[in-house]
Amino acid sequence: MTQAVGEAPAAAPRRRMSVSAVAPFLALALICALGALANPRFLSFDNLTNVLARSTFIATIAVGQTLVITGGGLDLSVGAMAAFISGLTILFLNSGLIDNMPLLIVSAMVLALAVGALCGLFNGLTTTIGKIEPFIVTLGTMGIFRSLLTWLAQGGSITIRNTDVRAAYRQVYFGDLFGVPYPVLLILGVAVAGAFILYATAYGRHVRAVGSNEDVARYSGISVARVRTITYVLQGLCVALAVIVYVPRLSSASAATGLGWELTAITAVVVGGTRLKGGVGHIWGTIAGALILEVIGNIMLLSNLVSEYLIGAVQGAIIIIAMLAQRGMSASR
Amino acid sequence: MKRILVSLAVFGLMVGAAQAQVSKTMAVSVPTADHGWTGGVVFHAMEEAKALEKKYPGLKVIVKTSPDPAAQADALEDLSTQGIDALVVLPHDPNVLTDPIRKVKNKGTFVTVVDRIADDRSIYDLYVGGDNPGLGASAAQFFKKALPNGGDIVVIRGLPIPIDKMRVDAFNDGIKGAKINVIDSQFGNWSRDDAFKVMQDFLTKHPKIDAVWCQDDDMAIGVFEAIAQAKRTDIKFVVAGAGAKDAVKRVMDGDPMMPVDVLYSPSMVAVAMDVTALGLEEGIPVRGDYILKATLITKDNAKDFYFKDSPF
Repeated sequence: MTQAVGEAPAAAPRRRMSVSAVAPFLALALICALGALANPRFLSFDNLTNVLARSTFIATIAVGQTLVITGGGLDLSVGAMAAFISGLTILFLNSGLIDNMPLLIVSAMVLALAVGALCGLFNGLTTTIGKIEPFIVTLGTMGIFRSLLTWLAQGGSITIRNTDVRAAYRQVYFGDLFGVPYPVLLILGVAVAGAFILYATAYGRHVRAVGSNEDVARYSGISVARVRTITYVLQGLCVALAVIVYVPRLSSASAATGLGWELTAITAVVVGGTRLKGGVGHIWGTIAGALILEVIGNIMLLSNLVSEYLIGAVQGAIIIIAMLAQRGMSASR
Repeated sequence: MKRILVSLAVFGLMVGAAQAQVSKTMAVSVPTADHGWTGGVVFHAMEEAKALEKKYPGLKVIVKTSPDPAAQADALEDLSTQGIDALVVLPHDPNVLTDPIRKVKNKGTFVTVVDRIADDRSIYDLYVGGDNPGLGASAAQFFKKALPNGGDIVVIRGLPIPIDKMRVDAFNDGIKGAKINVIDSQFGNWSRDDAFKVMQDFLTKHPKIDAVWCQDDDMAIGVFEAIAQAKRTDIKFVVAGAGAKDAVKRVMDGDPMMPVDVLYSPSMVAVAMDVTALGLEEGIPVRGDYILKATLITKDNAKDFYFKDSPF
């Protein structure tokens, strides 16, 4: 029974899914082609790695958001959570509790993951056990996390004080493995893990089942509360991973950290083909979505076509056109 | 007779009590600490509130922060309903908040506007602000001196609000006549993350950049990180502004990449509160416009502007 319920929503759209799964990548390719026309430097190795590395935060968070949304939830607290975890991580790095530098940095990363998981757990339990709309719960925690950071920073910013720690940790964002920056490797890792969880495990099937029809899932013996709560914990972990590469970039966190990330992440998820209603999730589409958003911004800056006052309008228009094109491609099949 | 005496006594007591409590209330409405500079504003407002309450025992100071213009409009209404004698307001967007501020003023409240001035100047009694055109002009002056043979520069602007325009217009006026070309200009929203992105893209787009004007010390952090990553050596210097302690420290230490900084201190909110309190408590006529100079901070005078304990 569980099997049947889990397969049902996935089996029917599978044939169409192959198109809708490719569509975001086609849109991305099209936008990149436009970028190359606008400025040949767009395709330079440095620019592409810059853009990929910059998209890490949103891409990583959006993978978690894909799981949450597929399971029928929503998490608006991710940007504020990122700011809060960044602040705590930097305070820990400044605390001087551990002398050994590599150990200090690794402990800070572990701390970030633990705090992220706890924040996610809190969101999850309040939504499921408390039976409150996720929109409201995470809107509440969004305010809580952001205020906590502002309080920790006393209204200013929190910066890594020790220059040696700063220099060593900096490599996590700016360093690379065989020319591939670490942040890009992180996107790949998180996407592979997310896709594995969502498509290849029983838990992933349960997430989709819960998202497409909560009652049917419950009658077939799935613990809806447990499945949903875990999606929020995974989201928290994704936010923590984003923080781990965000902190070394500018070595500081302030009230502006992560501002608006929740909407950008949700946009990436939707542009990637995931339904906001839940039940169907596209991890790789989400990655394409996050890249599309970052690439559009990059192209706007590199081209001289658009006035600095109109960038927002053109970005919005391109997103809508990309979505319409995707819809067109899916329908023509 | 006795009754009259008693009621007179009671009346006297009441008057006495009322006189002892000529308490006055000053409300301070500022934006939430959404970037370093506003963080400094909140810090200085809180500190000054404590200091003023100590100095004037009858004075109550309420500091209220708001995340956006709409929330600030609501906050102004709420504060006004509580009954206040003076309002010190640093508006998110002065033109948007013109009417809400006018409403407070029409109730007879003394209004002090800080930093961001509206087109309509009838809405305040007192204005305390930094010299925004001066900030642009000071920076332009330095560019002319530092690049005597001209050069290609990029500009990273703040948010699209009036003070940003005042700064940029004055800067463009200031460099007129010199062979300095602004080869690109974009908004960085006074955010270090956005400034990092914008600078990365500027570096990709332009093979040669002589100098950067980025208006704000917070944004300079993102700019420096982007330059370091690109390992570019063509950029001779970056001029920012505000007088954040880390930036002043760099100037003081003689960093060639940050030779100067332009003062635009968030402590102006404290000046505004102080002057307002003078008018309120001591009856000194303080109405008028107070413009704090956009001093050029150089290696020689940097120590006068370095506040180690400030969060900003």
